[in-house]
Amino acid sequence: MSVENLELFEVFIRSARGLDHKHVGSLHAVNREQALEYARDCYTRRSEGVSIWVVKSGDICASQEDDSDCFFDPSDDKPYRHATYYPLPKEVNNM
Amino acid sequence: MHDELKQAIITYAVRLGDDALILGHRISEWVSHGPFLEEDIAQGNVALDFIGRSRMYYTYAADLTGNDKTEDDFAFLRSEREFQNHLINELPRGDFAYSTARQLMLDVYHSHYLSALMNSKDKTLAAIAAKGVKETRYHLRRSTDWVLRLGDGTEESHQRLQSAVDDIWGYTNELFEHDLLEQNLIKAEIAVDASLFKDQWLAEVSEILTAATLKVPATEWAVRGGREGYHTENLGHLLTELQHVHRCYPNSQW
Repeated sequence: MSVENLELFEVFIRSARGLDHKHVGSLHAVNREQALEYARDCYTRRSEGVSIWVVKSGDICASQEDDSDCFFDPSDDKPYRHATYYPLPKEVNNM
Repeated sequence: MHDELKQAIITYAVRLGDDALILGHRISEWVSHGPFLEEDIAQGNVALDFIGRSRMYYTYAADLTGNDKTEDDFAFLRSEREFQNHLINELPRGDFAYSTARQLMLDVYHSHYLSALMNSKDKTLAAIAAKGVKETRYHLRRSTDWVLRLGDGTEESHQRLQSAVDDIWGYTNELFEHDLLEQNLIKAEIAVDASLFKDQWLAEVSEILTAATLKVPATEWAVRGGREGYHTENLGHLLTELQHVHRCYPNSQW
């Protein structure tokens, strides 16, 4: 069996209860079940996780570098979208 | 503890340690030879589970023995005839199908053996088994997957796996036999009586082989000798590699 016949998966690990799953890397496997086992073997060897998600890399729709201008730049000049933009009235303490 | 009983437990622990060490070493031979990176790492993990288990058995045997005996004395300073592992563990790693076939037979075996050992009156052996039983559940999941994939895969993978199963089959018989030492420990509710789950083992292995479109071999031959220290020609070669560094540099630390 060679890597060419395998699919690429992205691996997400939750390191502790209450935290979010974080992307930790990718791996090759035949199917989702095998990907889950390999994720366990490759990414949780040092007790890094309590839960694993695997997703076929092809199933992830990702923004592209070329999209940056139109996706992200427009929010640069909209500081009013941040809570810190607004001065708090004195009456509201410790917010 | 009664001295005779203590000696028997030491021997029993060493035997279980031998099984785990020799199999662990065999699996470790796949490291850097795996079919692809992910499987290579997975094989390494499984090998470490077995080598870790052997350390626990040997350490327990060493503690019972006293006289500054350590796990290393059992692993590195005994010769071929002194090892008492079941022969199936020492068979060469062969091709991937061969290692997979052996692993399935042993994983099903270990799942029963360790579950039973958890009820041992010997608390240390029971604790080692409790740890091992979790590892085994994962090993079995892997080996079952691979048997199904290879057996029901291509014509070549099917044929290779079938001939591996046929070649190994006769070595499974001695897994269920017990000499006088083990029989006495079984009576004392310390050792596991594997003959009790032989039928169940056969049923479970057969079910997986059949699902993988493989034929379950008829038992036409059986080999024994491991527990008496009579080995195949493979063990000597294995020990040469396993013990080489320790024997060249005795007691070195790193």
